[in-house]
Order: sequence, then C-alpha cells, then structure tokens
Amino acid sequence: MSEPRVVKTVVVTNPQGLHARPADMFVKLATRFESKVEIVKGHERVDGKSILGILTLAAAEGTTLSIEAAGPDAQAALDALVALVEHDFAENENIH
Amino acid sequence: MQKLQGIAVSPGVVIGEAFVMDTEGYRVPRRFLARNAVDEELQRLERAFAAAAQEIEGHRDAVARELGQQYGAIFEAHLQMLRDAKLRAEVEQSIRERHYAPEYAVCRTLRRYAKVFQSLESGPMAERATDIFDIEKRLLRHLLGRRREGIAHLTSPSLILAHNLTPSETANLDRKYVRGFVTEMGGAGSHTAIVAEALEIPAVVGTGLFLSEITGGERVIIDGDQGLVIIQPDDETLNHYVRMVERRRTHALELETFRELPAETTDGVRIQLHGNIEFPHEVQHCLDRGADGIGLYRTEFLYLGAETEPDEEAQYQAYAGVAQAMSGRPVVIRTLDLGADKLTASQADTERNPFLGLRSIRLSLRNLPIFRTQLRAILRASVLGDVQVMFPLVSTMLELRQAKMVLADVMEDLEEHGLPFRRDVKVGMMVEVPSVVIMMDHFVEEVDFLSIGTNDLIQYALAVDRSNKDVSGLYTASDPSVLRLIEMAMQSSRQRQTPVNLCGQMSGSPTYTMLLLGLGLRQLSVTPAALPEIKRVIRSVTISQCEAVASRALTLENARDIKSYLKEELKKVLPDGGR
Repeated sequence: MSEPRVVKTVVVTNPQGLHARPADMFVKLATRFESKVEIVKGHERVDGKSILGILTLAAAEGTTLSIEAAGPDAQAALDALVALVEHDFAENENIH
Repeated sequence: MQKLQGIAVSPGVVIGEAFVMDTEGYRVPRRFLARNAVDEELQRLERAFAAAAQEIEGHRDAVARELGQQYGAIFEAHLQMLRDAKLRAEVEQSIRERHYAPEYAVCRTLRRYAKVFQSLESGPMAERATDIFDIEKRLLRHLLGRRREGIAHLTSPSLILAHNLTPSETANLDRKYVRGFVTEMGGAGSHTAIVAEALEIPAVVGTGLFLSEITGGERVIIDGDQGLVIIQPDDETLNHYVRMVERRRTHALELETFRELPAETTDGVRIQLHGNIEFPHEVQHCLDRGADGIGLYRTEFLYLGAETEPDEEAQYQAYAGVAQAMSGRPVVIRTLDLGADKLTASQADTERNPFLGLRSIRLSLRNLPIFRTQLRAILRASVLGDVQVMFPLVSTMLELRQAKMVLADVMEDLEEHGLPFRRDVKVGMMVEVPSVVIMMDHFVEEVDFLSIGTNDLIQYALAVDRSNKDVSGLYTASDPSVLRLIEMAMQSSRQRQTPVNLCGQMSGSPTYTMLLLGLGLRQLSVTPAALPEIKRVIRSVTISQCEAVASRALTLENARDIKSYLKEELKKVLPDGGR
C-alpha cells in the first residue's frame, strides 16, 4: 500500500527559533493527524510528534527545515504545519 | 576514560565506585530486573508517568487560575515532554530489552537527552536540560517513593558524585562509608570542602556539569591534590594511581614518627602547633598527631547537621567532650560563623551579596537567644579545660564590645544560677576583615588573643569570591597584599604582646610555613591531616632563615613570584618540597 508522501521546505522566522512553546504547538498540531510527520534539518531527521526530538534540532531563527508527512491525511497535515511555522506560531497573540 | 578538572579542596587520592546522587540528592540504584518482573515494572513506570503528568497539570491549572491562561501555558511544553511518545518508547525498551529497573532506565534515557541539550551551546535550547532534570526528578520521586536512598544510608565504601551537596547532606552523611567527594558546583572553602577536610578524604569541587553522563557504579579516581576526577580509567592510569596510593600510605607511616616530637625549630624556638576541627571526633585525629591544642573549633555543623537548633545541653556535651579529650591543652571555640555559603540555599538567596551580608557575629548579635545559648554552653564547658572563646568576622570595635557585653551578661546569669564557669576564660577574635588589621592597635587592647583567618581575609582583601569559579583563580594566599596584611597585624600585636594564631588553609600548606614563622607567627592552627607535614617543616628550619625568606618575599610584587620563591626555599630545606 503506497501512502501519499509530501514534503515542503520552510524557514523558521520567529526570533526565538523552534524553542519549547513553538515545539509544543507543533507537536499538538501534528498529533491531530494520522500521518507520520518528520522534520529534517541537514542530516538530522526527527519525529515531528516528539517534542524532545524537535528540540534537539535547536532550530534557530533562519534555519531551513523540511517537513515531511506520509499517510492518509498527509497533505492536510503538511499544509497545517507549514502554515503554523510560516505564521511564526502566532506566538504574539498568545503572549499578549 | 574521562578526565575532569575541578578545584582541589581536600588532598589525597582514592579509587572506588561512583555513587551518583540525582538532582535532589538521592541515589539512583543501578538495578536489573528478573525476566518475569518486567510487566509489573512497566506498570509501575506507567503509574509514575501518570502521576507526574497529573502533578504538572495541577501546577498548570493553579498558575492559570492565579495569573491567567497564558502563564499556565508555560507548563504545556513541559507536559508535552513528559508525554513524548518517543521518550516513553525508549524508556520502555530499555526495561524490556535490557532489563533495567525503571528508575535506572528513566535516568539513563533522560540524561542522554539532557546531554544533547547541554551540548547546544547557547540560547533557550540549552536551558531545556533543566526541564529534563525536572522531569527526571518527578519520575524518580514517584518511582522510588519511600525507597529513596540518601547518603545517610550508605552500605558500602563509596565516592559521592553530586551536583551540589547541601550542608545538611554533608553533615549527615555516613562517615563510615564515604571515601571521597566530587561536586559539579562549589569552590574552595565551600562546606563540602570543609567536611571533606574534616573527614580527611579527597574532594574535588567545581568540575562543571558531567553527571548526566554517568549513572553510578563506574570506577572513579579522585585525585584531591591535582583536582582531577577520572571516570573509568584505563589500565595504565589505574596502575599509576594504585602505586601512588601505596606510596602515600608509606609516607604517612613515616610522618607518624613525628608524633611525639615537639614542633620546634632547629634553633630551639617552640612553635605552638594546633589543629582545626569541625566535629568532636576529630579531636582524636589531632591527638594522634601530637597537636598542642585545638586552635579552631568550628561550631557550625552542630547547627547544620541537626533538624532543629541544638539546645544548650547538646552543645555543652560537644564542647565538654572536646575540652576533656584535650586534657588541659587549649581549645578555642569559635562562636557561630554561619552565613553565606553555609546557609541553606533559600536563605542565602535572599541576600544579594551574602559574603558582605548578615553572617557570623553579625547574625549572632541579631539573634541574641541563639548566641546566648551558645555562650552558656561554652562557659559551662570552660571548667573542664583551657576553653577559650573566639568571635568570628568582627569588623568594628563596636561589634567586639557588644559581643563581650553579651558574654559578660551570660556570665552573670550563670552566676545567679550557681552554675560553675571560668570567669577568666580567654576571649579572642578572628582577624579576617581588612578593617580589623588597619585598626589593630585598638583591638589588641580588648582581647586576650587574635587568630588570623586567612580564608576570609584573602577574599575580602582581594574582593574575590572563592566559590565563584570564574574568579577563583584570583584567590591566592601568595598575593603580596595578603603578606603585608599579616605583617601589619603582627606588628600591631607586639604592642601588648597579644598572642596571634593563624588558621585558614594557608597555615596547613608547607609552602607558607617559613614565611609565616618569618613574619613572627609562633602559633599555627592547621587541618589535622597537615599536622605532621607542617611539624616536619618547622623542625627543619631556623627562625633567622625564615625571617630572611619573609623579608625577601615582602619585596616581591606579584603572587606568582612569591609562590615560586616560597616553593624554592622550601625545596632547599626539604628536597621533596614537603611532599
């Protein structure tokens, strides 16, 4: 059975990088989907549903990441996650 | 093999098994499971994770209620880490496949993550290691429950490796089994250093973070002379140290021959050589090495070792025991010198600058009931020998007078109650603040004796916090200003021939013995372990030789030159350089 597999490259633009709270938001969103989600930074590949994995990437502002999704809802997952990153995790709304 | 460089605070070399304390100071047992216990243990793990999650949720909700939703959200990431499916899978795997006990599996897995985060040099990511340790702590608390083992309950000889040790942890440890200490934090003069010295076991502090990489049970070498810690040494290193331990044993036996001989220079000047102690049992260490008295009996650990403040009777018992054991030889009891580094963390935190804050005699004068209780106990013990009272960290004449007034008041009290004490008990003070050296001509009029405490004098003269790793390199007894302060103090003391003692780590280092005698000191008080070595130096020199060394040293302008000059001179009289 071949499942849809989609990839998109994003650049981390929020000033603090992919730190704890953005990573938490990423995982929360990713786990809503059935598809497997992975993040690739250079040679490193981590589980997009594992906050510890994401944090070990230490993705600072300006880092380029590939988000990969594979599974029945892969495209929906990818679109949602890419949007989250590109909107700087809408952090400003949360804080103020 | 891994080598760590720290600060050498208590000499000696020891080889043994690592006993690692978790972040809360408890041991993580390295335990393996029987095959049929795995399922049960996995359930235990499940319960621990659930309980820890519940705790964090509780914190989150409480904070959200009090401060608002966005603050509660701070705990979300933390919770997410705890619930990380990958983490759980890794822990479970090591239980299932390697048969690790859950505690050990949690510790190993989390520390691997902590190590990764710590290696991320900068920024908020590196701080995630703290989160990991917090999660570890929570899980271990639930896993170990009441079965947590503290260092008070060791069952075999161990080397204690910890992030930091609280004063009560060090004071309550089981002396029978502790063979050495390593702490990631701390500096020379920290309480770990003092306790290690009192126990005469090697200690290295301030190594920086390394505990995340070891789990206990590893073979470790602590080299307390060089400040080195070697984890899992290779054969060559191990053999080297095994031979060293053997050599030292022989050397210690040789030094024992000095025990019955007086501390006298070759031109016949008798030096009073006393011991510094912290615990009553150390009196025996001093007697075994032929000490002329106890030059400094620190009383802080009476307070720190106990859950509650020691009452008069408990203190009296301790002081009386020491006085009796010394059978008429002087015993100088220093009143409470608590504060700064020796206080519990929470109290110390409230002061921005604890070394310049409310400590020592200042604390005693503000807490008169505690101070009076201690003075009563000391005075009552005074009839049992040559007990003397010493006030620490005096910085002004007013403080000295206040302290003496409290003492006089307590004497009256004892008299009214018909309790025996020596009215002519000798009263002295520590010289550890530069202001006292400057005003020394006034102080000598009001005390029976003085004792120069170099540890604090150096720190106050050079404005260096010796427990701060970043500046501890500036802390040295060889600084010319320190030499001059001692010289000034000695000069003023001649006005009334006030006896001057010198305690502090400087007096226990053979490097400085000739200098100190040359500056006019005729009494030194040293850590008991150093008694034979210092006596050996004293018995190898003449006073005029020492005076020449002192006058030359006083002309030098920096610490490095002074230290190497003193070492050279020592080599001339003792070719092995005092070992």
